[in-house]
Amino acid sequence: MAHNATTASPPPGAGLPASRPDLSRRPRPGEMVIKAVLILSAGASVLITFGIIAAVIEPALHFFEEVPFGQFFATEDIGSREYRPAVLPLIVGTALTTVIALALAVPLGLGAAMYLSEYASPRARKWLKPTVELLAGVPSVVYGFFALFFVTPVVLQGWLNLEVNFTNAWAAGLVLGVMIIPTVASLSEDALSAVPMSLRQGSYAMGANRMQTTLRVVLPAALSGVAAAIVLGLSRAVGETMIVTMAGGAVKNMSVDPSEPHMTMTAFIAITAQGENPVGSVSYNMLFAVGLLLFIITFIINAISIAFVRRFRQAY
Amino acid sequence: MSVATQTAAATVTATLSGRSRDRNVASLVFLGALWFSLFFGVMVLVALIIDTAITGSPRFDLNLLTQYESTIRKDETGFRAGILGSLWLMGVTALMAIPLGIAAAIYLEEFASKTSRFNRVVEINLQNLAAVPSIIYGMLAVAIMGLLGYNYKGIVLGGAMALALLILPVIVITTREALRAVPDEIRQGSYALGATVWQTTWRNTLPSAVPGIATGTILGLSRAIGEAAPLLILGLATVRFDPTGVESKVTALPMQIYNLSSAPQLDFQVAASAAIIVLLVMILGMNALAIFIRNKFQRSW
Repeated sequence: MAHNATTASPPPGAGLPASRPDLSRRPRPGEMVIKAVLILSAGASVLITFGIIAAVIEPALHFFEEVPFGQFFATEDIGSREYRPAVLPLIVGTALTTVIALALAVPLGLGAAMYLSEYASPRARKWLKPTVELLAGVPSVVYGFFALFFVTPVVLQGWLNLEVNFTNAWAAGLVLGVMIIPTVASLSEDALSAVPMSLRQGSYAMGANRMQTTLRVVLPAALSGVAAAIVLGLSRAVGETMIVTMAGGAVKNMSVDPSEPHMTMTAFIAITAQGENPVGSVSYNMLFAVGLLLFIITFIINAISIAFVRRFRQAY
Repeated sequence: MSVATQTAAATVTATLSGRSRDRNVASLVFLGALWFSLFFGVMVLVALIIDTAITGSPRFDLNLLTQYESTIRKDETGFRAGILGSLWLMGVTALMAIPLGIAAAIYLEEFASKTSRFNRVVEINLQNLAAVPSIIYGMLAVAIMGLLGYNYKGIVLGGAMALALLILPVIVITTREALRAVPDEIRQGSYALGATVWQTTWRNTLPSAVPGIATGTILGLSRAIGEAAPLLILGLATVRFDPTGVESKVTALPMQIYNLSSAPQLDFQVAASAAIIVLLVMILGMNALAIFIRNKFQRSW
């Protein structure tokens, strides 16, 4: 209702009966409370991140008060016998199992994604995609059991006749690879499907067949999305705990021979946590120092993945 | 349609999709490789299930479900404590994670301005949290339990807290997708009748999104029930009694499987194999329920 200053303006609210107040202006204390609760819930996720950082940094700082950086970033344990501070062998173990896992999961995951996106009929895709994703639903402790009691004795020592230890990086890495196939396949498929049809039609019009179109047109066009998928798979492989704890072994090992046992960062945390470490002792605090390193590594990997996804969203 | 037109139409389709030039050796080898990639994972899964089922077959009996872990009568050891513990953990996890996750998703989708700084920070943060290793969540739960004054952390509350923190990002992300799938016309219709944002959300948007939210939540919980790493950090020990409350000592089915897998006795490996089948049945059941809800109740707008 526009008020005109020059004419005699009606009293406010004159057009409405007095019994019907303006509902849109009514204060709603209940809804204010609800909104506040919702905002707090959304903020909780940020709080969790800060909580993780605080929870891990505090004991890690105590660790570095007693143990010099040089002993932590060392290739073998020196110093006290009570704790074993060297972290580089753990990084070697993590790198080795992760490389084996990616060597298996990248080609297979990408192959599955290319089939689902470029070859499968919509009906087949509706069934095949959940089937592949089922692999991600298997608990990691089950994968670890499978690696320990099937992959090592039956596949590696039996069928392939390899000289491998009871626990070794081959079994852990290969089963880790199977676990991350769905991560790579599912996200890559999204990226490949997002490539506009006109690019494929242009390629067919030039006389290319489906293989040439897939490999030379669709894949390069979806590259940043595929890269994001691979990087996310990498992050999963670095952070996975149970498979490498059960099948990878509990030996700090600087060699790069996958047939030997290798302890990874996550396996170190899991195995040490099971021992008797009084709260506040150096070996207890070392758990958190390794945890901090793991968090920083996965944080950087995730940031790279998110940056790739950004680029892939902007492309089309 | 005459035969000639049909053939012509088929040729046009084949040419337009590049199919007519697919029949050379390289293309067929490539297609074979793609098939192999697709079925490799499935073959591994089948091998895993068959091998575990065969190893565990001597122990498919009631003792497996009703007995506690026993070191004396190894051939009768059971997973009662683990199964009940996992169910308790899942229930308390659900109570903690689902309301918080759905509330966060509602705020981000229905209330917050899409371009606000807060919204962007939360979004990137959620993506990041979803990829944080599960063992790190165990460390956070240890710290929180320490702040709450618990010396012994292997109780229902501690385990459920770690699992709830772990699946919270999953629940927020899937709930947001479910809310986003509800068309704007439904909200606008409600606003036009004078409803507030909250009334619209509570009476229109949320009920329409329930199937999607239920699917995502069940999938999140099925991830929580199979998780062992954060529980390992909390120090869940072997127990031989049923959980009675949130402060009761507890073990979980994956923890029991892990502990038995490192025992040298063959009887324990057989029992662990049988327990794996129980765990897989629980998880596949939850996945099937999620898919059923999605197919049966999800509306396509």
